[in-house]
Amino acid sequence: MSGIDRLRQLLEQAFPDAAELDVADRTGGGDHFQVTVTSPRFNGLALLDQHRLVNEALADPLRDGTIHELRIKTRGTE
Amino acid sequence: MSELRETIQQVIENEPVALFMKGKPQFVMCGNSERALRALREAGAPVTAVDILPDPRIRQELSALSGWPTIPQVFVSGELIGGADIVEELAASGDLERKLEEKLGPAYRSEDGSGRVVDVLAA
Repeated sequence: MSGIDRLRQLLEQAFPDAAELDVADRTGGGDHFQVTVTSPRFNGLALLDQHRLVNEALADPLRDGTIHELRIKTRGTE
Repeated sequence: MSELRETIQQVIENEPVALFMKGKPQFVMCGNSERALRALREAGAPVTAVDILPDPRIRQELSALSGWPTIPQVFVSGELIGGADIVEELAASGDLERKLEEKLGPAYRSEDGSGRVVDVLAA
């Protein structure tokens, strides 16, 4: 599975109710990613805690080097 | 606690604004570190920079302390603010300046934008 598909799968598992979920390969090199997630789970959470949830969902690819650079954009649904 | 972890902890606790980054402000080695540094400078933050690249243990110890997996990491008065995306978003909404003022007082603005660099290995 490519890095982008793996990230998408992990995020879909972590945010099954996401209103928007996107993973983009920023450079085409397969290790610089932009992820965008809009989910009701973010409602009422500080930005830091929203990003923390995304980082937790992607803990494995962050640890094993699949992700060299990660950009995160999160939004609640309210 | 290892000596290195203690040194990192001291930087986090004692520096008004600590930026753990790849490279140095004069020679930034990563796009996200550059974005965080720029946002902090534009907000007038008195940045103390720590280059994590010279030794992989710096990043390991830092992430163990902060619970945050990626670089850069920005702390204001010991509180983790976030990485490049969060700092940029906070800067765009004006919340970064509000946070700096709340934590450091209204006269927080740095006179000299170059900031300072701390070598946690030499400390």
